[in-house]
Amino acid sequence: MAADARAVVAHHFDSPDQQREAASLGMWVFLVTEVMFFGGLFLAYVVYRGSFPHAFAAASRELDIVLGTTNTALLLASSLTMALAVRAAQLGRRLPLVVFLALTMALGSVFLGIKMYEYHHKFVEGLFPGAAFRFSGPEAPHAEMFFCLYFAMTGLHALHMVIGLGVLAVMLVLGARGRFGPLYHNPVECAGLYWHFVDIVWIFLFPLLYLVGRHA
Amino acid sequence: MHGIMMIFFFLIPSIPAVLGNFLIPIMVGARDLAFPRLNLFSWYLFNIAGLFTIWALVHGGVDTGWTFYTPYSTRYSNTHVIATALGIFIAGFSSILTGLNFVVTIHRMRAPGLGWFRLPLFVWSLYATSLIFILGTPVLAITLLLLAAERVFRIGIFDPSLGGDPLLFQHLFWFYSHPAVYIMVLPAMGVVSEIVPAFARKKIFGYRFIAYASVALAVLGFLVWAHHMFVAGMSIYAATVFSALSMLVAVPSAVKVFNWTATLYQGSISWDTPMLYALGFIGLFTMGGLTGVMLATLGIDVHVHDTYFIIAHFHYIMVGGAIMGYLGGLHYWWPKITGKLYPRFWSRISAMVIFIGFNVTFFPQFILGYLGMPRRYHAYPPEFQVLNVMSSAGATILGVGYLIPLIYFIWSMRYGRHASSNPWGVVGLEWETTSPPPTENFETPPVVTRGPYEYSRPEEVADGR
Repeated sequence: MAADARAVVAHHFDSPDQQREAASLGMWVFLVTEVMFFGGLFLAYVVYRGSFPHAFAAASRELDIVLGTTNTALLLASSLTMALAVRAAQLGRRLPLVVFLALTMALGSVFLGIKMYEYHHKFVEGLFPGAAFRFSGPEAPHAEMFFCLYFAMTGLHALHMVIGLGVLAVMLVLGARGRFGPLYHNPVECAGLYWHFVDIVWIFLFPLLYLVGRHA
Repeated sequence: MHGIMMIFFFLIPSIPAVLGNFLIPIMVGARDLAFPRLNLFSWYLFNIAGLFTIWALVHGGVDTGWTFYTPYSTRYSNTHVIATALGIFIAGFSSILTGLNFVVTIHRMRAPGLGWFRLPLFVWSLYATSLIFILGTPVLAITLLLLAAERVFRIGIFDPSLGGDPLLFQHLFWFYSHPAVYIMVLPAMGVVSEIVPAFARKKIFGYRFIAYASVALAVLGFLVWAHHMFVAGMSIYAATVFSALSMLVAVPSAVKVFNWTATLYQGSISWDTPMLYALGFIGLFTMGGLTGVMLATLGIDVHVHDTYFIIAHFHYIMVGGAIMGYLGGLHYWWPKITGKLYPRFWSRISAMVIFIGFNVTFFPQFILGYLGMPRRYHAYPPEFQVLNVMSSAGATILGVGYLIPLIYFIWSMRYGRHASSNPWGVVGLEWETTSPPPTENFETPPVVTRGPYEYSRPEEVADGR
């Protein structure tokens, strides 16, 4: 046991507990910076939604609520499989860990696929901001602002998903090699925290972009 | 470009990166920071960021100033806005990782017996600085990202033709960039809080109040950003609130200054080089701080807005405060970092040359600004000639003052005498290990049994314990 502990604890830590607590605190602090990072965008959304409520409601109706809801369900399911993967890592059960990580990645990939399809659709319909923007309705410039925010917010979220998939792929390889167990599973835990955070961002994005003001 | 280089690539990283990375683990009695590889990564990021910015500088610079106000930066400027913004964006990640590393280290890596109120005040001030790194820097990052998206992809969050609001950009920018001022000056305050008790040979006065004042500055710093925008067209009611909040910043600042002077009272003061810098800091920071209260007053701010008065004010805080603190800290811990002593005579001369040069450079600018000379113009009416020449002459003195330490520091690394483990005869964990410290900082992990600055037990200090 003691020999195992020495093998997984970096030279500057006293114990596996200290190492794990440092890693998890570090991850939480990092997530705080992420909240502030997305916070700037959410602030811009709130300001402009307040300034142009009708244009934003009209533009919001252009989004596909079926695809949006499907994606929400996919991400929530992936959070469940992620939590199960963390549990498997803590118990040192290799096969469930690999299976749940693979499932999480699969669900995340389907989410991104649907998102790409939605983006493609918006490009074809001329709803991407810029010279080719076409929107039939009053306050077209303000609707364009909605789509600026839509692409900026969902794009940044999708980028975080891609990074998350990369992190999970590394965890999958390490997990398959049996690197995680009761003494050492902080990487999977931290990856899990990150994945849940990305989910939560979507939980805020979905109502703000797809639902609010839709029936106004 | 002067502002971008000095703020993002010198003042912000100077004390946290140079002194903090070295001292924080030692002062908390740890073998290293919590995440050493992350620390190295942030150093790489900083260099990459510097390359981007220097590339932009060499290829013609950027004409938006360090504030990048839209829509000029997004639509009209033909200079290298993207490369510079990218440089600052990457440097921001370096800041964030450093702040994260400090917070985790201070929370999780403290030696046995080292409670929060036994931490040196330098650690407290860098903890407060790290909070700003963590909460402020990401907001600047997203702001610059949106600016770049608007410039490249025409995703116009701030574009007035889509109903976008340039004021929103200014709010987001200053939400980081005002707290950034405290990123620059808080670490210097931490250095002064170490040097003053060390060279007055006296326990610091009001330890807890100085510690709380550091945190208070970090918190208040986030509530005052719009005082940079009094003439930008925002609501007069908001301006009044921000004016009042800005004046509140004077309270924790004054708490610190009064506590330092109370520490000096009846102390056994020795006029070593670090102490000269620390005393210079206290005087110049007080000047900068008091003119800051003047500027927080709505009426005065509108009168002297965009004049040399502002320039003089923030250089008193940034150069007179942050750089004096940085140089003081460098002189204080140089023997510990390198294990070598620098010449006492020349270092004291340089401290005085810098103090004189600084005042000759920037004091005339207070007068010029008050008389109405605007910033960012190279021409001025003939009656301002004398003060402008005086300011330029002072800058030359200041430059000479900065060159002297460069020469003797390099000289000392090769020819300097070896420093003992405690050359100043002061207390503190960093003086209980060898100069320079071994790779894991201590031969045997320390156990802390008392608070910092215990100068009331001279027999222990004399032993070098």
